[in-house]
Amino acid sequence: MSDGPAVVVEELSKRFRIYHDRNQSLKAAAMRGRRARYEEFWALDDVSFEVPTGTTFGLIGTNGSGKSTLLKCMAKILRPDKGSVTTTGKVSALLELGAGFHPELSGRDNVFLNGAILGMSQKDIQRRFDDIVDFAGLERFIDTPVKNYSSGMYVRLGFSVAINVDPDVLLVDEVLAVGDEQFQRRCAEKFADLRAEGKTIVVVSHALGALQQMCDQAAWLDQGELKKVGSASSVVDSYLSSLQVNQVGESDETRSGTGEIRVVKVELLDGAGQPTTTARTGDRVTIRCHYDAHEPVRRPVFGIAVHSMDGVLLTGPNLKDVGQIPDVIDRPGTVDVIVERLMLLPGTYDIATGVADDALLHVHDHWHKALRFDVLPGTPREAVGGVFSMDAAWSVLPDDVEADPAPKRAKAAKVANAAKVAKAAKVAKAAKVAQAAKGTPAKRASQTRP
Amino acid sequence: MPAFAPLRTHRDLLANLTLRELRGKYKRSALGWAWSLLNPLATMLIFTVVFRFILRVPVPVGDPSDLQVFAFFLLCGLLPWNFLASGLAGGMGSLIGNANLIKKVYFPRALLVGASTGALGIALIIELSVLVVALLIVGNMVLPWLPVVVVFVGLQTLFVFGVAMLLAVVAVYFRDMEHLMSIVLQLWFYATPIIYPISEARDALSDQPTLRWLYEANPMTRFLSIYRDLLYNVRGPKLSDVVAVVAATAVSLVVGSFVFWKLEPRLAEEL
Repeated sequence: MSDGPAVVVEELSKRFRIYHDRNQSLKAAAMRGRRARYEEFWALDDVSFEVPTGTTFGLIGTNGSGKSTLLKCMAKILRPDKGSVTTTGKVSALLELGAGFHPELSGRDNVFLNGAILGMSQKDIQRRFDDIVDFAGLERFIDTPVKNYSSGMYVRLGFSVAINVDPDVLLVDEVLAVGDEQFQRRCAEKFADLRAEGKTIVVVSHALGALQQMCDQAAWLDQGELKKVGSASSVVDSYLSSLQVNQVGESDETRSGTGEIRVVKVELLDGAGQPTTTARTGDRVTIRCHYDAHEPVRRPVFGIAVHSMDGVLLTGPNLKDVGQIPDVIDRPGTVDVIVERLMLLPGTYDIATGVADDALLHVHDHWHKALRFDVLPGTPREAVGGVFSMDAAWSVLPDDVEADPAPKRAKAAKVANAAKVAKAAKVAKAAKVAQAAKGTPAKRASQTRP
Repeated sequence: MPAFAPLRTHRDLLANLTLRELRGKYKRSALGWAWSLLNPLATMLIFTVVFRFILRVPVPVGDPSDLQVFAFFLLCGLLPWNFLASGLAGGMGSLIGNANLIKKVYFPRALLVGASTGALGIALIIELSVLVVALLIVGNMVLPWLPVVVVFVGLQTLFVFGVAMLLAVVAVYFRDMEHLMSIVLQLWFYATPIIYPISEARDALSDQPTLRWLYEANPMTRFLSIYRDLLYNVRGPKLSDVVAVVAATAVSLVVGSFVFWKLEPRLAEEL
């Protein structure tokens, strides 16, 4: 690996033309003496930064901020109007999976075709063919025309080819969320491998939590201008604080119910009671629901639900569960959900609110995606990912040592997930060495920190 | 040799794209590749009936082969012509048809045009091989000339590629190019001695030197003259024809690649 930057972006500007009446005909051109009227629009305006070799670099910004345009300039798909992009080494872009697949051809033929399009030589593809098919999990269907593939199989094969191109610089545009859980996990592992091999990765994503965890550095674009570049956590923090209102817009689709009571506002309060849209794992937070009652409502049950970005319900506590149903509500007020320690791992989450009668049959108000918030890395920190932390303690004990008087801790280790066990095995090895040296049992291994 | 690595991958890509064209073309049709031969055969039958039996176009005698069969005379011109016509139409659509690919992946875009032309060039070779077998059966000993035929198929492929590059990028900016080209191709078809011997046209244009010069300057006239010399007459091509087609191919490649190079950078935005 060379020491210089993998990607140098220098005073890059890219202009697009927005055509008013575009008919692309020779007649029109002849009549007007030129092609068509258009307005110019600068998608990127004087952007400069460097991506150091071997780092993972994030590009963030709202929709239309120029992230994808920048990525396409790096991939040489778009030619800059001013300035330049210089890349070192082989560049591969994951902008669309399975680009150039021919529906009538078999998976096998398409692997060769797609691989060649992505810049692999015939020999490379032959050498990696088994890996590609294996990674996509399509051994049985590789000789079937891809038009008969499900959309999942299609993108899996596309991703598998793209990831096996073995680039020095990999450009990724929001394509990570393909396939099922198992495939996603393998993708994450593959990315971790690429990072470990010292490859440079530039990624565009809206999943700020994941991005902050994965990236070393980041750049924040706003309407084509570079706002900030630096360490991923500082850039994400300033980006988030710029988004004053992080609430998802309310529309008819997100609201239902008969409306005797409405939750009109949902806030996330930090430990000091200040409204925020981000929290760290382990923080004390309060979810405050402001409600408005138009008429007296007897025994309303308030509840909230937390969903992950892919819509999975993570938790849904309500007042009935805790036996605190108010007798009657007839004027505006607030309901606080106080979370002593937030056990969500970094990521983006949605809160929904609901108010129902005490039989949970009649829904007064239901507000889907009332508030969106981001969780940033805190304590405990778990490198493998996931949604929540069990906040488990660890204990490693060789068989021939008497159990210590804290058996609860040992149990906690047993229920830990497989990935952690793998890590624990390493810890155990280290602990055994330590124990051999000291002659005392290693009582409590600390939580793993990356 | 690392310096040649990109060239090698581009060659592999060209091969793969060409294969995609060839494999995709007749997929799912019952007769498959037979269509590639049935098409010119059907045209040959129709033209033979119309031009030989109804309009009574004179059939030139092969010199020195003494062959005098309208179907062979026709096919020697029709097959290369079909290559030009389908090559230009296919090449013109090759960028527009692959818009999605161009917007998502970087690779030299000219390869798309090259694959389209190359696939049709291979089809021409297959068609010509069948014609050669038929010619051998009727006694035209064309075997010694086959290497020369292959050279001129290659030259014609380059010629078609150059014009197709020009049309392909221009068609992205002006979509009515496709409709315009269908008219141009019709005109070009009758301005080329495919269904009639060149001597008829020369007689007709004997007192019109400008028109005659234009007629003779048509590169397809020269290409057909070479193919007929090699396959129908069974003799070497005329030097003047060879010089003309080499010059035409050079001009086509230079102009085609210049315009392509000029317009290529903005393709991803314009498509």
